[in-house]
Amino acid sequence: MGQPAASPAIAALREQVARLEGGPTRNRGTLPFGVPAIDKVLPGGGLALGALHEVAGGRNGAIDGAAAALFAAGIAARAKGRVLWCVTRQDLFAPAIAQAGLLPGRVVYVEAGDEASVLACFEEGLRHGGLGAVIAELARLSMTASRRLQLAAETSGAVGIAIRRWRRQTEATDFGQPTAAVTRWRVTALPSRPLPVPGVGRARWQLELIRVRAGESADFEVEACDAKGRLALFSGLADRSPAARHGPVGAIG
Amino acid sequence: MGQSAPSAESPIVMLGRQGNRRLVLAVDAAARAAGLRVGIPGSKAEVLVPNLQSFDLDAAGDAAALDRMALWSLRYAPIVAADPPDGLIIDTTGADHLHGGEEMMLEGLVSRMAASGIEARAAVADTWGAAHACARFLARPTFVAPVEGSSAIMLGLPIVALRLPHDIVHGLQTLGFERVGEVDAAPRASLSLRFGNELGRRLDQAMGRRSEPFEPVRSPDLIEVRRAFGEPIGAAETIARYAGKLVAALCEALETRGLGARRLDLLFHRVDNRIEAIRVGTAVPVRDVKRLTRLLTDRIETVDPGFGIELMTLTATLAEPFGAKQIISSLVEEQEPDITDLIDTLTNRIGEQSLYRFAPLESDVPERSIRRIAPTAPDDGTSWPGEWPRPPRLLTHPEPIETMALLPDHPPVWFSWRGIRRRVTRADGPERVFGEWWRRDAEVIAVRDYFQVEDEAGDRFWIYRAGDGKDPETGSHKWFLHGVFA
Repeated sequence: MGQPAASPAIAALREQVARLEGGPTRNRGTLPFGVPAIDKVLPGGGLALGALHEVAGGRNGAIDGAAAALFAAGIAARAKGRVLWCVTRQDLFAPAIAQAGLLPGRVVYVEAGDEASVLACFEEGLRHGGLGAVIAELARLSMTASRRLQLAAETSGAVGIAIRRWRRQTEATDFGQPTAAVTRWRVTALPSRPLPVPGVGRARWQLELIRVRAGESADFEVEACDAKGRLALFSGLADRSPAARHGPVGAIG
Repeated sequence: MGQSAPSAESPIVMLGRQGNRRLVLAVDAAARAAGLRVGIPGSKAEVLVPNLQSFDLDAAGDAAALDRMALWSLRYAPIVAADPPDGLIIDTTGADHLHGGEEMMLEGLVSRMAASGIEARAAVADTWGAAHACARFLARPTFVAPVEGSSAIMLGLPIVALRLPHDIVHGLQTLGFERVGEVDAAPRASLSLRFGNELGRRLDQAMGRRSEPFEPVRSPDLIEVRRAFGEPIGAAETIARYAGKLVAALCEALETRGLGARRLDLLFHRVDNRIEAIRVGTAVPVRDVKRLTRLLTDRIETVDPGFGIELMTLTATLAEPFGAKQIISSLVEEQEPDITDLIDTLTNRIGEQSLYRFAPLESDVPERSIRRIAPTAPDDGTSWPGEWPRPPRLLTHPEPIETMALLPDHPPVWFSWRGIRRRVTRADGPERVFGEWWRRDAEVIAVRDYFQVEDEAGDRFWIYRAGDGKDPETGSHKWFLHGVFA
């Protein structure tokens, strides 16, 4: 647990709940982000392995899912083993995925054609056990389906990431519906860090941890994945430009 | 015909003996155009067309060649038979999705045959009779009848399409029948009285009112195990159990020969004489009982047992050498987990072309810099050169945008895409991409200037201008949006 328990009674209850939820198979360890502020709020000090996580983009990202894809690629890059990426229609540009640290030799893409097949392939991949991470792009994710996926991930220990993207902005309200995912993230692009010269700096994201099981939600302003898939917390100090308008921003929440 | 093959222009007929007459038994397109048809006497044909080339029909040789072709067609589906004198019949149920759908499958089949010099036409329909007719009368060179729609199509076809003997067709034509629909609407009793049962049988078979089983072709070289049941079985669990037993027996047979299966066909002979089939393929030769059983039982739900299954046969239609291999080569080296079984499971579910990896290709044009390779291809560790940022989502077709930009090499001040106008606050570029003159003449001086632009909200886009901003020959100077950054 990330935060100290308020009383021994609560700690005992938490233990009991954890036991009810699936016993020892649940505890698969975590994949830290390497950013203390983020790892601090996640139970176990990182993204739970053997669990389902949900990511969506904010604003336009709900439709194009670009930032969500890079965020997922960064996590998969830091996980060990090969990666299965299930999509309905392929519009990923592999060089960008490689730039987030996920090299092309590690990723097998599945172009399933429809959502039902994507779900089936997603579950099959999570159940297999030989993969490090399984990523699927989905519009709809029901409670039942996510429960199945979560159970499949628990048996194998792979990180499951559901990238939620929709055809229209209005459909993105679906992201409020409950699912069995352990964490839920929203990634929204922010204006990049001003450079002393004309040009576009390293991309920055507003990273919202909307929901986390046994933890509290938080949001962060981070710099996008580097070539090894690592995020970095945005800080005014890293930017030596005197024209920096943004003050030092840490974790809010 | 060997080296003395005649040219395609001169008309050719094949002659054969029927009773004590020498008749034309087959004609080519040129001969048909010259007015010849099957069934006229050979001497008459030779008189009608002066430069006619005629050959003796080798019926046994043709049948043997057709059987060989049927064996070759096993690559498309597990149930295949020769349909003499000039056809093949393939039961595509449950096999077409592995070839990208029915249309893709037919096109692949016809073009492969064309590559070996055979002009083939192919059709898919609900029944053998309908497919037979559609292939011969509607396919140009392929035809896919809508599901449950082939009887409607049959009604409009000429009666020759019904696979009837010449004399019955001739008799019907004498009576004034032209289309299948007219015969179907006429009272059956009087027609049967005059022409016998054959007419009604063919009609019912084509319309799907009467079943028409056929014996699938099998090569004696293939490894096959079978199991007959005294009491027909039908429950999915029972089928799965016996599938497991058959796989175990097959794997033993494969092991004695040092082979691994690449493709398995499991055939279910039903009590009503129909055959259901499951076909699975693997990416690498496999002899693992558990894994092969899993692949087969995955598909059992697609099998309709009807009134019961009395015979199951399992055949390794494609087997490759598969020797013993040392798995652990070093004490410290960590073994990469094997995922070929997962790839097989997914491939058999959604088709081979839907599973792939991306690999770099040396090209500066973004959409050409990636290629798809098989998921099991060896990993050579290469990646794309990473100096310039690339967008994670690339539009299939670059979309035209409205912009205001200074020439020759300034990014736009604003642009409007999908009805939303965005002011550009920051931009990087241009990254110039030259056309690949060795591919097309039009690309000799074509140029694209790529910019990464960011709007006020922080959304980043990848846009380009066709042309270098000075010389109109290098491009239209129109702006396009090609990708979305994160």
